[in-house]
Amino acid sequence: MNDFLKIEGLTVEYRSGSRRVHAVNDLNLHVGEGEALGFVGETGAGKTTTALSILRILPNPPAKVLSGKVFFKGKDLFQLSDKEMRAIRGEEIAMIFQDPMTSLDPVKTVGDQICEMILLHEHCSKKEAWEKAGDMLETVGIDRDRAEEYPHQFSGGMKQRVVIAIALSCNPSLLIADEPTTALDVTIQAQILELMKKLKREYQSSMIMITHDLGIVAEICDNVAIMYAGGVLEYGSVFDIYKDPQHPYTHALFDSIPDVHRDQDRLKVISGLPPDPTDIPAGCPFHPRCPHCTERCKTEKPEAVYLNETHWVKCFLMQGRGGESHE
Amino acid sequence: MSEPLLEVRHLKKYFTTPKGLLHAVDDVSFTIEEGKTLGLVGESGCGKSTTGRVILRLHEATDGEVLYRGRNILKLSPREMREMRRKMQIVFQDPYSSLNPRMSVKSLIEESLRQRSRGMSSAEREKKVLNIMDLVGLERRLANSYPHELDGGRRQRIGIARALILEPEFVVLDEPVSALDVCVQAQILNLLMDLQKELKLTYLFISHNLSVVKHISDEIAVMYLGKLVETADHETIFENPKHPYTQALLSAIPIPDPTVHPDRIILEGDVTSPINPLPGCRFRTRCRCAMPVCGEECPELMPNGKSIVACHLYSGTDAKAGQSGGQE
Repeated sequence: MNDFLKIEGLTVEYRSGSRRVHAVNDLNLHVGEGEALGFVGETGAGKTTTALSILRILPNPPAKVLSGKVFFKGKDLFQLSDKEMRAIRGEEIAMIFQDPMTSLDPVKTVGDQICEMILLHEHCSKKEAWEKAGDMLETVGIDRDRAEEYPHQFSGGMKQRVVIAIALSCNPSLLIADEPTTALDVTIQAQILELMKKLKREYQSSMIMITHDLGIVAEICDNVAIMYAGGVLEYGSVFDIYKDPQHPYTHALFDSIPDVHRDQDRLKVISGLPPDPTDIPAGCPFHPRCPHCTERCKTEKPEAVYLNETHWVKCFLMQGRGGESHE
Repeated sequence: MSEPLLEVRHLKKYFTTPKGLLHAVDDVSFTIEEGKTLGLVGESGCGKSTTGRVILRLHEATDGEVLYRGRNILKLSPREMREMRRKMQIVFQDPYSSLNPRMSVKSLIEESLRQRSRGMSSAEREKKVLNIMDLVGLERRLANSYPHELDGGRRQRIGIARALILEPEFVVLDEPVSALDVCVQAQILNLLMDLQKELKLTYLFISHNLSVVKHISDEIAVMYLGKLVETADHETIFENPKHPYTQALLSAIPIPDPTVHPDRIILEGDVTSPINPLPGCRFRTRCRCAMPVCGEECPELMPNGKSIVACHLYSGTDAKAGQSGGQE
C-alpha cells in the first residue's frame, strides 16, 4: 500500500507545572490514498491530540511533540517551515472540528467564512471565491442564497454542514473529522454521514474519522485503529475488527454498547477506569483492567502481532496463541 | 398487576416568546406503572426535558393534570408539594454543571437531607450518606473530594446519590448518560437498573439515544415537537415501528456491522419551529408519507395493534395504505 500519510513513533506530552500528561505514546500508523481510517477510543485516548499534531496546530505550550515524524506524500511535516505548513493546512489537509456551535466565527457571514479559505489558497478574485462558496454550500445541501446569513441563523446540523463546506472548499486530499456528529441529533447525524459518504465517493479524498461510535466507523471507514492510553492496541480492516476482534479491550468496547438489534439483560462493563495519563501503567497499558492479565503483561510491552497482512494486535495472548498460560 | 404510579393527562406547557407562543409540550398523556420505566425519546427541542420538569413542577404547567397515585399534584399547595418532592426526584444530564464545585461529595449528597430531615442528627446523616455512597458505587474515601477531582461517571453517581437519599419512589432521569463515554455509560445504565430492582423505583427515562432507551425501558414513547407520536412496549416499537417518524429515527442509528448496509430513511431538513405551529400533523413537513389530510387535521393517538400511534396512515380508511407504505 502506498503511504499517503505515515506517522512514525509519534510521542506528545502536555506539561502543566511539574506534571506531564503522556497524551500520545510512540504511535505508528499509516493512511493510504482514498482510505478512510477510524480512530476509536475513550475520552483521553489521544485521538484528537494525534489529529492536531498532524496539522501542527497543537497548543504549544503546554503540548510538546517529543519525538516522531509525520510524512504526508513523502514530506516530513515537522521539518516544514511555517509558511510551507500554512500552504498544506486547509488546502491539502483539512479538519472538521467537533463542535459546530463554537468553530464558526459569529460575526462573519458563512459565505465570507468559506471565501476566507478559498482566497487564502487559490489565486482568484473575490467574486469568483464568493461564487465558489455558493457552490460549496450547495454541495453540502444548503441553499446558496443563505451565504449572506450569520451562523446563529443556522441550526446545529446546518452549521456542521457549513464547517464541512469550509473544510472541503479547497478539495483537500486528506480530511480529518473530529467527532463530526457527536453534537447532533440522530436524524441530523444520518444526513451528515450520508453527505460524508457521498464526498468520499466523489472526491476520493482520504479521511481520518475520530469517533467513539462504532456504528459510524462501520459505515464510513475502511480500516480502524483502536486507541488506548495514547497508543494503538489493535488495527485492521473494519471487517476483521468487527467480525473477529482480538484485543481484550476491543472486545470490551463492543460489549459495552447497547445494541438495538439484540436483547441484553445487562451490559458487560470494563472494570476500572481509563488510565491516568500522567501515570500510564508499565507493560501493556490495559493490564490493570484486563481479565486475562498475566505477570508478563505488567512489565513487558507487547509488540504488534500480525494476524493477516493488515490486521495486527498488541497483546501477548496472540503470540503463538499465548506465550504464558491464561484462561 | 401493578397500579399506575403516575398518570399524565393532556399536559400542556407553552412559553411566551417575542415571536409568539412556543408549544413546548402540547397535550401529552401517558401513564407509568409502579416499578416500571417509561422511555421518552425525541430530538433536541421536542419538549422531552420540559415534560420531565413540568411533572416535577420545576416549570408550572399551562394546562393538564399530573396524577400521582390518583392525586393531582399540579393543584397542591407549595407546602404539600415540598412534601411530595421527597418522593419525586430528578437526575440531570450534565454531571459537570449540575454539581456545586465548592461543595464536597459528602455535603453535596447530604444537602437535601439537611433541608428535609431537620430532626436528624449529624451522625445519622453521615451514616445515611455513606450507605447511599455504597449503594451507588462511590468509594467512601471520596467523601471529602470535590467534583472537579472526579471523572464524569463518578460525578453522575453523585447526581444519582443526591436523588436517592430521600428515598423517592419516582425518579426522572433526564439524559443521565448522554455526557458519558460508552464504557462509563454502560456502568451507569447497569447501576440504574440494579437500583430500580433493589429500591422498587419507577423511572421516567428521557433520552435522544434509542439504543440506550431500549435497553432500560419497559414502555417507550416517541415525541416530536411537543406531541407524542407513538407509544408501545420496547419490543414492539423496535420490531414494528408504525409512525413514519419512529421509522426514520430507528433507521438513523448507525449499525456497528460493516457488512450491513441499511436502507436509510433520511429526513430532510430540521425540526420545524415549535413557535405558533401550523395546524395539522407537525411532522408532515419532513414526512415521506404526507397526505393532504395531514395539513388539515392533527391526528389523534389511536391504538393500532400493540402500539398507540398518532398518524393519519392508520386512521380509518387509510389504514391499508399505511400498512403497505409504512413497513420497511
